[in-house]
Amino acid sequence: MSSAAARKEARTAWLFLAPAFVHLICFALLPIAVAFGISFFRWKLYRPNPEFVGFGNYFSALSDPTFGNAMWNSARFALVSVPAGMIVAIGVAILLAGKIRGSAIYRTLYYLPSISSGVALAMIWIYVFLPETGLINTASKLFGIPDTDFLGKKEWAMWALCFMSVWTGLGPKMLLYLAGILGVPPSLYEAAMLDGATGWQAFRSITLPMLVPTSLFVLVTSTIGSLQVFTPVYMMTKGGPEGSTEVVGYHLYNEAWIQFNTGLASAKSFLLLLVIVVISVFQFRLMKSGMEGAREG
Amino acid sequence: MRDKPLEILKGTLAHMALIGLAIALMAPFVWMVLVSLHPSRSPIPDIGKLVPSQPEWDNYRKVLFNPAMPVARFFWNSLIVAIAVVLGQLFTASMAAYALARLNFKGRETVFSLFVGSMMFAGLVLQIPVYLLIRSFGWLDSYAALIVPGIGSAFSVFLLRQFFLSIPMELSEAARLDGATDFQIYSRIILPLGKASLATAGAFTFFGTWTDFFGPMLVTNSTEMRTLEVGLSVYKNSYGGTNWPLQMTAAVVVMIPLVAVFLALQRYFVRGVLLGAGK
Repeated sequence: MSSAAARKEARTAWLFLAPAFVHLICFALLPIAVAFGISFFRWKLYRPNPEFVGFGNYFSALSDPTFGNAMWNSARFALVSVPAGMIVAIGVAILLAGKIRGSAIYRTLYYLPSISSGVALAMIWIYVFLPETGLINTASKLFGIPDTDFLGKKEWAMWALCFMSVWTGLGPKMLLYLAGILGVPPSLYEAAMLDGATGWQAFRSITLPMLVPTSLFVLVTSTIGSLQVFTPVYMMTKGGPEGSTEVVGYHLYNEAWIQFNTGLASAKSFLLLLVIVVISVFQFRLMKSGMEGAREG
Repeated sequence: MRDKPLEILKGTLAHMALIGLAIALMAPFVWMVLVSLHPSRSPIPDIGKLVPSQPEWDNYRKVLFNPAMPVARFFWNSLIVAIAVVLGQLFTASMAAYALARLNFKGRETVFSLFVGSMMFAGLVLQIPVYLLIRSFGWLDSYAALIVPGIGSAFSVFLLRQFFLSIPMELSEAARLDGATDFQIYSRIILPLGKASLATAGAFTFFGTWTDFFGPMLVTNSTEMRTLEVGLSVYKNSYGGTNWPLQMTAAVVVMIPLVAVFLALQRYFVRGVLLGAGK
C-alpha cells in the first residue's frame, strides 16, 4: 500500500521534472560529454573529417605559450578583481547597514550596473577610460595628473578592466553582505560591549566571522565568473595591447570561432574547467577550516 | 549624550561616501543619456557643454529605423525571445522545483546536484557542442536557436526550489486529504504563494536573456535575426569610435527595458538574491 503510494509519488515527481531535466540533458549534460569527445580530435568546424589524436590537443594546449599567457591573464584578473570586489562590497554594506537615511535609494543605484547590458556598459566605460576627453582623465586634469591612455597601454589595460569589474559587479555582492551583517544577532554585540570591546574589535571578532559563509559563496561564484569573462575584453581591448588582456574567455573564442580549431578549443576549455573545479574545491576546504577555526577561537 | 556630535559626524561622513559612490557609478549613465542627444557625428563634448542646448531627439528615429542597422527590428527580436524564454523557463523550472522541493523520490539529491553542478561548472565548455546541436537541428539563424537553449535554467530551478521549500508542508497535505492532485496543488497553492519568487526568477531571466551576447552572436548571422545586444556590438564596430551620439542612443534603447523591469520588480530582489545564495 505505502510502497504503491511511494511509486505513484515517484512517477508524479518524474513527470514534473521531465521538461527541465530533458532540457538539462540536451543542453548541458550531453553537450559536456560531446565537448569532451571532440577534445580528442583534430578538427576544423567546417571540414567533414575529424582525425583522432588522443591527448594530442591537450599536449598542444599545454605547450602553447599564448594559452599560458591567457591563463596567466585570467589569473591576474581574478586575483585582483575578486578580492577588490569583495572588500568594496563589504565596505558599502557596512555603510548601508548603519541606520542611514535613503538606504533603499543607494541600494537601487549601486545595483543598477549589475543588471545593465554588458555591451552598453563596455561602450560607456570605453569613454570613462578614454585619453584626453574621457571621464577619468577629465577629472584627473583638475588635480594636474598627466593624461593616461588606460586601455591603450599594456601597463594599464588589465588594471582598467579589473577596476571596471569591481564597480559593475557591486550590486549582488553588496546585497549578500548587507543581509549577512543585518543577520548577526544584536545580543552578540551587546555581550561584546559589556565586555568592553571597541567597535573595531566587535567588528573583527563578531561581524567578520559571521560573514564567512557569505564570503565563501561570493568568493566561489565570483572566481568562477571572473575566470570566464568575455564581453568587456571583446568590446574594449580585443585582448590587447600586446596580448596583455587576452584572458582565457577571449582566447577560447578566438581559437574556436576565428581560427576554427574546434578540437583544440574543446581541450583548452576542459583545462579551464579543471582549473575552475580544483580552485572551487580548494576554496570550499579553505573556508570550511576557516569557519571551524572561527568557531573555536 | 557625550558622543552625539561624534555620531552626527560619522553619519555625515557615511553619507558623503555613499553619495560620492553613487555619483561615480551613475556618471557614465548620465553621460550616455546626454551624449545621445547631441547631433550625430559630433565629437565628444566638453564636460561644460555636456547638456545639449538643443536636444537632438531625431537621433532616436535615426537609430531605430536605419535601414542598414534596424535597431527597431533588433528590439522586436529581443522582445520576442525574452518573453518566450521567461515564460518557458518559469514553466519548466517551477515544475522541476515542485518535484525537488515537495515530493519524495529516489535519486532526488542526485538530480538536484546535477542541476547545481551544471550551473556552477558548465560555462565556456558548452559553446561548441551547443552550437553543433543547434546546427544539426537546422536552427541556425532562427528564433528557435535563440529561444530553445534558454527555456531551461538550473539557476531558476535552484531559486524556486529554495522558495518552495519554505512553504509549509501541511498546506499540501491538507489539500491532498481533500482529494487534490499534485498538479492542482502545484497550480492552485504553490504557484500563487510563490508569486514573489516567480517574479524574481522571471526578472533575473529577463536580464540574462536581454543582455545575452555570446550565444546569440554565434547562432545568428543575418541582420534580421540579430538581437539588440548583438546588434549594439555590431553598431559600435561599424561606426568605429567615431559616432558617439548615435552609439549612445542605441545603448539607451538597450537599457530602457532593463531599467524599467528592474524598477518594477526590485522590491523582490533582496529576497531573491538571498535565496540564490541558499539562505
